[in-house]
Amino acid sequence: MTASPTTPAFPARGAAQAQRASTGPPIYEGTRIPSPIPTILQVPDELRATDDILTVNFGPNHPSTHGVLRLVVDLDGERVVGVRAVIGYLHTGFEKSMEQKSYWKAITYPERIDYLSFQQNELVFVLAIEKLLGLETPPKAIWMRTLLAELARIHSHLVWLGTAGLELGAISMFWYCFRERDLILDLFELVGGVRMHTRYFQAGGLAEDVPTGFAEQCRKLVDVMSKRVDEYEALFDRNQIFLERTKGIGLLSARDAIALGQSGPMLRASGVDWDLRKAQPYLAYPQLDFDVPVYDEGDVYARYKVHMDEMRQSARIVRQCLDGMPEGPWIADDRKVVLPPRAELHTSMESLIHHFKLVTEGYRVPEGEVYVTIESSRGEMGCYLVSDGGPKPWRVHFRAPSFVALEATAACLTDALIADMIAVAASLDPVMGEVDR
Amino acid sequence: MARSYGHVPGFVSERTRHDETTVVVERERLAEVARFLRDEEGFEFLSDVVAADYLGWGGSGVAGYWGDASGRDLNRPGSWGLAELPEPKPKRFSVSYHLLALAKGAPRLRLQVWCDDGEPVPSVVAVWPTADWHEREQFDLMGIPFEGHPNLVRILTPEDWEGHPLRKDYPIGGEPVRFSEAE
Repeated sequence: MTASPTTPAFPARGAAQAQRASTGPPIYEGTRIPSPIPTILQVPDELRATDDILTVNFGPNHPSTHGVLRLVVDLDGERVVGVRAVIGYLHTGFEKSMEQKSYWKAITYPERIDYLSFQQNELVFVLAIEKLLGLETPPKAIWMRTLLAELARIHSHLVWLGTAGLELGAISMFWYCFRERDLILDLFELVGGVRMHTRYFQAGGLAEDVPTGFAEQCRKLVDVMSKRVDEYEALFDRNQIFLERTKGIGLLSARDAIALGQSGPMLRASGVDWDLRKAQPYLAYPQLDFDVPVYDEGDVYARYKVHMDEMRQSARIVRQCLDGMPEGPWIADDRKVVLPPRAELHTSMESLIHHFKLVTEGYRVPEGEVYVTIESSRGEMGCYLVSDGGPKPWRVHFRAPSFVALEATAACLTDALIADMIAVAASLDPVMGEVDR
Repeated sequence: MARSYGHVPGFVSERTRHDETTVVVERERLAEVARFLRDEEGFEFLSDVVAADYLGWGGSGVAGYWGDASGRDLNRPGSWGLAELPEPKPKRFSVSYHLLALAKGAPRLRLQVWCDDGEPVPSVVAVWPTADWHEREQFDLMGIPFEGHPNLVRILTPEDWEGHPLRKDYPIGGEPVRFSEAE
């Protein structure tokens, strides 16, 4: 690390980051998606015949694989000539398990799928239930959900930045990122009582009211967050080692990114201005003022920049949510779905019956199928939910953005060197819990 | 909002519920339909491929299957009859393709085909390369054979795994564990 702590002023960056960073020539001509198998880079036969190909097993137990990703890499000297991603080491059958649980019990599962942005997974499942139920959510819950989803985005990006930096040899970044991450986990602890997997969202709203003192503590975080992002950038943006290991590495053009189904920071780093928070308004996003960072380079450095800018924008959104948080109830008043207030159980027979039925049987969700998507930290997070009218989901399926991101490994590693592989794999931002589900 | 897709090749039916349009097409013509929707209708982004098993759909009991050979047991804790029967499905499996057009308002479309056990579904990898892993996952967990897929092997479970875990007749619990007494 060559960061100089004596550097006095960090570059003051305005909030507006929407302007594109560069308008250079397209990063490569044509397409780099391998054919006929789009996700496997195959060694050409004539090269294979030379007997100079070394096949290396990278992972699943390797500190730089963000968990249990396994890459089978064919090397010609230092050059990557073939690559195949092998996944499934963390497959836990979430979707099967959720079919056995009533809806309100099943809410705990999606959080554990993507264990870095758990609030967003919880959100997409709860939104799917609400869509089938046709349940209206009170404004306070909508704003609080928006706020927590953005905190989760900062949290996820911080872990990404810290670990990706670690893999490139920048260990100090890890300490700084986890310092801020701890502040966010404190906030989650305040709302849900636990630091991760809070299960704070209920069908109909929130499990409990926003705790007192939350706004003040959250404001403290927001006040420092954008300055802290400037600090991170000061560590990396003038670090020659980091720049040389990220610029021009792991290229993915806009056309290939769309064909490979990439979303989120991957897509925006390839020059596509696409964000579901803008294009498909949900929660309180239409009423909020924020920018979508887009970079044209399509390399690892551009993905890093998108993550940095998104953290600033998320801090902006959180501040607006704190300012605009409406008063009122935090959960819908639908006794067939929402647990009655605890105090009523002592006086109202009707409430007691509702409570008993909801806890033992669960609520019934009308027959139908829905597909709900949100912009999670990694991109388009989708939930496909089929109900047969009973209290348990018939079929649940999650469209995991980092599962799709790993499909781009072969395209991104075309003509790469073995040392670039670490940086490229990190830039895809895979969370293996989400990849394998 | 309402946009008609009656001109899609192999069109069978169309319905809009919960603001989501589902277009069912003939299974054999799926690849042709996919190309048409991508090139003519602008659905260049394939978000997801998902199969659902409707074995026992609307039978007595509840969503979720207890997994014994005799079927569902209404006396098991948590089993409750349905208030009304859900509408029957044409075949056992549905395969849904969630399409997205990268345009204002994010228009989406659910393209759906139906198949019975073992009936092949044409692969759309040549149209949307991202379908590669999605189709492998649905093959692995649901046992849908995708015809023309360049590399249709298991992806999430081990290569020697038996059965397709997300099917409704796949029992929960009791998978063989190495070095246990039951081996």
